[in-house]
Amino acid sequence: MEFAELIKTPRVDGVVLRRPFMPTVEGTLCLTGHHLILSSRQDNTEELWLLHANIDSTEKRFVGSLGTIIVKCKDLRVIQLDIPGMEECLNIASSIEALSTLDSVSLMYPFFYRPLFEVIEDGWQSFVPEESFKDLESMTDEWRLSEVNKDFSVCPSYPSLLTVPRDIDDESLCKAASFRHGGRFPVLSYYHKKNGMVIMRAAQPLTGTNGRRCKEDEKLINATLCAGKRGYIIDTRTIAVAQQAKARGGGFEQEANYPQWRRIHKAIERSNVLQDSLIKLVEACNDQSHSMDRWLSKLEASNWQSNVKEILTTACLAAQCIDREGASVLVHGTEGTDSTLQVTSLAQIILDPACRTIRGFEVLIEREWLQAGHPFQQRCAQSAYSNGKLRSEAPVFLLFLDCVWQILRQFPCSFQFNENLLIMLFEHAYASQFGTFLGNCVAERGKLQLSQKTVSLWSWVNRPQELERFLNPLYEPNNLVIWPSVAPQSLLLWEGVFLRWNRSTKCLDEAYQEMVHIIEYNKELQNKVNSLRRQLAQLETEDSPLQTP
Amino acid sequence: MEHIITPKVEYVKLLNTYPEKKSALGTLYLTATHLIYVEQTNNNTRTETWVLHHHIMSVEKLPLTASGCPLLICCKTFQLLHLLFQRERDCQDVFQSLLRLSQPVKEEELYAFLYNPHQNEVDRRQGWEFISVANDFSRMGLSNEYWEISHLNKNYEAALCRCSQPLSGLTSRCVEDEQMLQAISQANSNCPFIYVVDTRPKLNAMANRAAGKGYENEDNYSNIRFQFQGIENIHVMRNSLQKLLEVCSMKSPSMSDYLTGLENSGWLRHIKSVMDAGVFLAKAVCDERASVLVHCSDGWDRTAQVCSLACILLDPYYRTIKGLMVLIEKEWISFGHKFSHRCGHLDTDPKEVSPVFTQFLECVWQLSEQLPCVFEFNERYLIEIHNQVYACQYGNFIGNCQKERLDVRLHEKTFSLWPYLLKNQHLYRNPLYRRSLESTVLRPSTLPLHFKFWCGMYNHYDRGMHPKQSVLDQLLSLTQKQVEGERTMTELQRQLAVADGVLPDPSGPINTPAEQDGPSEKTPTAPVVQSNGSCAPLINGDAEEAGPGAEKCNEKEGADPGATEHDLTSSEDKPVSVETEHSKEEEQESS
Repeated sequence: MEFAELIKTPRVDGVVLRRPFMPTVEGTLCLTGHHLILSSRQDNTEELWLLHANIDSTEKRFVGSLGTIIVKCKDLRVIQLDIPGMEECLNIASSIEALSTLDSVSLMYPFFYRPLFEVIEDGWQSFVPEESFKDLESMTDEWRLSEVNKDFSVCPSYPSLLTVPRDIDDESLCKAASFRHGGRFPVLSYYHKKNGMVIMRAAQPLTGTNGRRCKEDEKLINATLCAGKRGYIIDTRTIAVAQQAKARGGGFEQEANYPQWRRIHKAIERSNVLQDSLIKLVEACNDQSHSMDRWLSKLEASNWQSNVKEILTTACLAAQCIDREGASVLVHGTEGTDSTLQVTSLAQIILDPACRTIRGFEVLIEREWLQAGHPFQQRCAQSAYSNGKLRSEAPVFLLFLDCVWQILRQFPCSFQFNENLLIMLFEHAYASQFGTFLGNCVAERGKLQLSQKTVSLWSWVNRPQELERFLNPLYEPNNLVIWPSVAPQSLLLWEGVFLRWNRSTKCLDEAYQEMVHIIEYNKELQNKVNSLRRQLAQLETEDSPLQTP
Repeated sequence: MEHIITPKVEYVKLLNTYPEKKSALGTLYLTATHLIYVEQTNNNTRTETWVLHHHIMSVEKLPLTASGCPLLICCKTFQLLHLLFQRERDCQDVFQSLLRLSQPVKEEELYAFLYNPHQNEVDRRQGWEFISVANDFSRMGLSNEYWEISHLNKNYEAALCRCSQPLSGLTSRCVEDEQMLQAISQANSNCPFIYVVDTRPKLNAMANRAAGKGYENEDNYSNIRFQFQGIENIHVMRNSLQKLLEVCSMKSPSMSDYLTGLENSGWLRHIKSVMDAGVFLAKAVCDERASVLVHCSDGWDRTAQVCSLACILLDPYYRTIKGLMVLIEKEWISFGHKFSHRCGHLDTDPKEVSPVFTQFLECVWQLSEQLPCVFEFNERYLIEIHNQVYACQYGNFIGNCQKERLDVRLHEKTFSLWPYLLKNQHLYRNPLYRRSLESTVLRPSTLPLHFKFWCGMYNHYDRGMHPKQSVLDQLLSLTQKQVEGERTMTELQRQLAVADGVLPDPSGPINTPAEQDGPSEKTPTAPVVQSNGSCAPLINGDAEEAGPGAEKCNEKEGADPGATEHDLTSSEDKPVSVETEHSKEEEQESS
């Protein structure tokens, strides 16, 4: 297929671009295979480059022959294009529509994008499972790397290498896999160095209505417990939802069969509910005609903040089991690819200072989201302005980022990165020039040959020039477990994402710059003082022979 | 002292707001001015909670429980103390004492009349003269005080004036009043009309007409533009705060409970209505160059809120530490905001109490959240002023008008707050303040979604809800370090010059080793919030504090891993903050 076929009108002059809190720009609109470009062709005004993949939905309106297209983006921005000429407008609108809803992954921009920077460190090679296993090996010999899934036949959504208890052989793993939804048998997610406790994750067990059990599954889980120790199974669903799952062949661990484990149910919503929540929240944020009461009522009705609270609470619970109770944890929901990952990754941010560095956070996303098989492509196909039929879209990853932001806000000095990194990840998960978030699991990414055909997001982020933007000037490494407050008063609306386009950021940017300035100036000052001291000390030693007769 | 029946009660429990946290055991003392709770801890550290009697809003005896006799103390500073006595008798005694102590009958019983911040008479007089309203009018370039002019915009010569409602009733008019408004209008040549802003909802103003009061009839006044603003009256505001505080003190609320409660309290709606009116005034003066006459019913509540807010929006001077003092002195104290009534300083009509001033402070806070670089002061300054307004430790906020203040001879018998605040201004500085921005008129957004709940004020004492590391502290310590660093640098440069022989040596040999551990290195690099022990983030997240460099110190008692889910959250803990009134420190200093 040629993109040209989809582009009915590649160029229109005299188009006016309107964006809230920005000056209007008049210029030429161009459509390419992957971008909508608006340029005033003047030196000092910025151009708009919008990826078609970033467009969530469009609306068109006509007043006489002047057409208006409202473009709503996955990053929640809304822009307005006034296009003279009805035909041009219709053509542009239908082209945008077609180009932004291409079904084939291989037509996506990452396959066409050529970086303008030199790739120094290839992000595709930055995070190899063997590497993290080496770290683990240095701490314990209880675990091994299994290749049981090397052709993705045991579990299609798992990577080829998995960390499992040393004493469980591959054959048992296969049996356990057949007892878990999607073959997602329990694997190691996190090892707590301080006390050797672990977080494991899996999908729901397929107990069904007649209470099937699986000896290998039981053995696998028990193998992670020390003698006489007990562990916790955190089911991210309510007991009612977990019960209902039995009818569809799913279910939960019967305590009789897992006597060393205690099961706790939490209430993280399923993905379709979360998508609805996002749509309502963004609608509330964009409607500026609200009275205070209506705004608060819509904010409440969206349930977004409730979801944030529930996810964080569950993550705190998992972290508490590990750090306070000295008990290992197994986390699962239904598929083990959504709420499970939210909980295991947030618990690690709470527990493990390494996850609060930029590198460590990238490792976390790579390991707990990309490798762990969160279906990014399905979940991020549409965002808050999706009005068509939804398939499996859900802001699972965005909620995770929101929770990280909440912790970051409460511990502003404990993270090496700042809010910008989180916002950037949100944007790229939904639309990107990089291949990192394409596909739904490792197996799919392999088939798409992403590592050969596209550039990794990490190749770009980890360049020193880019990294600077994401560094938190207040960072001071802190080796403690950080317990966030989950009181409603402590959890704020993430303005950086949800009000991003509805406010002027001038004052906030100035404040940030001022903060950076204070910190930088202080560093300089201390350096100067130190160098003066050295000079003085040097002078002294030079002078001293003269002074002592 | 005659009201204190039992000055000391032992084995009193201080219950934590979060039921899952362990409560403290300690001794309760009643002094003439304070309630003091001293917690008994194992490791010989004294944790003290000081509560000024004047800060106590209500004392309530709750029904007897198996574990003892509970007493709930709610403070005007939004602190809650939930005490548990072993003996009913003690509880009753303390209850009765506090009832009396927290509600003085005469002004002379207020703390300010016995408090002496160790100043002599000269200091006292200077303290009272420190902020002068007359000076402020001349600062604005006004020589006559014929008008109650609260702000004059130098560039536009438009004026902001205030008064109370006209006694127009349904038909009456007053030619002199009409001429006066015309005179205000004519004084401003930039604009052919003046705005007359009635800050009340239209319905309230109409109801007032029936009582012989009301609002200006546009037909009788030439060249006025009349506007209602819709700020509710003091009773609505009092009830709204009451509801807000109920939300704040809910035990483990869900997000939905909280947001619904916040909405139903109406509090942020009222804050927005004050802000809207302030912004309207500022726009009229600045954009339309029109003069504005503002009134409500009496002219000392809503009018004070709106005029002072407009002043802050228009004039950068009022965004400074000293400027805010001047503004409060001028728009609130001298124009007769009834502090004694509104704050309930004395045992008077509870229907006169209303958080009008609190709302003004909150509006300033909302502005500072949106515009982080335009105020010289930080949030703590606003909270400190709020506490002081209710503390009656200084004389500034005692009385309902100037006349009452003269009658009780405040200036001779009490001290002024402002010198104290100025002395401590380093605590209140906003490190992000940028003077270069100072000439700008503020244009905040008043969209509902830009208003936030002020956790730092209404949940001030629930430390666990606040961020565990403070950017403000961090930056304040850096700016402090900066001053010291600059000083050290100058000194080193001087020494270097001496060593080089460029400068003569005034003081013998150079002493670098001493300089090595100079002040700059002693400054803590970060605000270390020491852990208060372990905590329960699950329920209300009163969480472990991990300041940079803080040591982990929460080895917990062996909790049974097989315990119930709630037990997961149980943990050893030490209770709330140490609240020590500065007065105590000062007393100690002097003794």
